[in-house]
Amino acid sequence: MSILQQTTIDAIRNGEAPLLASWISNLEQGGALRDSRISKEEVSVQAKDFLRLLVAASATGDAADLAKSEWADSRQFLESLSRSRALQGFDSHHTAYFIFSLKRPLFDLLRSTYEHDPQVLTSELWAISELLDTLGMHTIRAFQKSREDVIMRQQEELLELSTPVVKLWDGVLALPMIGTLDSQRTQVVMESLLQRIVETGSEIAIIDITGVPTVDTLVAQHLLKTVTAIRLMGADCIISGIRPQIAQTIVHLGLDLGGIVTKANLADALALALKRSGLSVVKAG
Amino acid sequence: MITDKSGTCPIRSEQDVVLSRQLVRRIAQQHGLRLVDQTKLVTAVSELARNAVIYGKGGDMDWSVIDSGARTGVRLVFRDNGPGIPDIKQAMTDGWTSGSGLGLGLAGAKRLVDEFELQSAPGEGTRITIIKWN
Amino acid sequence: MDHIPILRMGDFLLVTIQVDMHDQLAMTLQDDLSTKISEISAKGVLIDISALDIVDSFIGRMIGMISGLSRIMDAQTVVVGMQPAVAITLVELGLTLSGVSTALDVERGMRLLRESVQSQ
Repeated sequence: MSILQQTTIDAIRNGEAPLLASWISNLEQGGALRDSRISKEEVSVQAKDFLRLLVAASATGDAADLAKSEWADSRQFLESLSRSRALQGFDSHHTAYFIFSLKRPLFDLLRSTYEHDPQVLTSELWAISELLDTLGMHTIRAFQKSREDVIMRQQEELLELSTPVVKLWDGVLALPMIGTLDSQRTQVVMESLLQRIVETGSEIAIIDITGVPTVDTLVAQHLLKTVTAIRLMGADCIISGIRPQIAQTIVHLGLDLGGIVTKANLADALALALKRSGLSVVKAG
Repeated sequence: MITDKSGTCPIRSEQDVVLSRQLVRRIAQQHGLRLVDQTKLVTAVSELARNAVIYGKGGDMDWSVIDSGARTGVRLVFRDNGPGIPDIKQAMTDGWTSGSGLGLGLAGAKRLVDEFELQSAPGEGTRITIIKWN
Repeated sequence: MDHIPILRMGDFLLVTIQVDMHDQLAMTLQDDLSTKISEISAKGVLIDISALDIVDSFIGRMIGMISGLSRIMDAQTVVVGMQPAVAITLVELGLTLSGVSTALDVERGMRLLRESVQSQ
């Protein structure tokens, strides 16, 4: 893979204005600017910034290795461009088109720069093409990644929403778990329980698994680890609602509940929690 | 914002241990590792970096950000030219308790990461590679 | 040479770990603490780790040493303010911090110490 010739770089620098104009007009013709989510001004600024970065990096960098630090600024620019497009709801075609539509104007510029030197023209065309292809692919990859991050974050938020931590009383939190637990869900939920314990300064957390039909080794281990972590932090944990089936699984797996208090149901657990807090419920009147 | 995808950090002193922790924390944060995963990784770094200083007589940590389809990971290699570990099996089963004899914490560090590889022999130094995915 | 400040709160001593500890600092802290415990006949030591975003074997060992040291001098140790991510990591590491009581914050830690002193 070749580095761009100095002549090429100078030509791009000197011909920046017409190059940009041609690029923007290409984008317009391709319909990229018809979208109200982004204005022509914004795209023009982004185009100018990108061209400058491209020129700066080409002067020192080898088009072959995008991972090198010379390309860091360009990579970063494209990554944040992709991210903002992804967040705005554009598709990957739009984002990559931004890069690829620069090809034609650049080819035209090269053709006029090297009109008397077909051999250099060919190698420069090749170099520019490869460079833009690599950058375009990088843009697409960054776009995909941003979309995936958004989805993952949404999934986590959903998980948290579906298993809220409830404050039963001052210093007493409850986590009613419902449905089949999987490893990932259990982890996310347990972490949010720990976080809430710290935030509310609650010394007792009740994990109620009445609504959980079965528990596998992994989930049982996560539960135990969570209880251990809670105690390490200086709070305590009561597990309530262990069905016979789950009790059997725990014994079968040889898991040691080591001093963890369990109660048949949430009500009993709450009673114990209140008692430990030095509170008692008295009938009024 | 760290824009490089890889680099090397010397680990010759206590200060270097602190710096390597801070560096890995930033890298892990930037590449989407969740807080708990960041904490686990940085804790493993602290153990391994300290080992390199104390037992390895000083070494280096190579770091890189790696891509595996949808996932991004942080890969760290701790290498030193110290005396090497005479009994790897024993070192890996040593418990991680405060005041444990060897205190190498290797078994513990292994549990904190997703991939762990150890190469060491007396007189040949030590090389430990760990990977944590996001 | 730096010293980690040790605050006195009645019969108890409060130490806040905020900086990255190194060997020298840890040794100095242990020396200062044993001196201070003896000086005021302290009944308890509170170690506030709420500023720590990781606890590795070095810190774990230091906490264990402080706890042992205090016990010998008839004082109790309570560690407070452990962050959730740290707790989860310690559990994964298999660290039990045995012999050390913990509490969510300084206030609760003090209460714990007071209760244990009273029950003596």
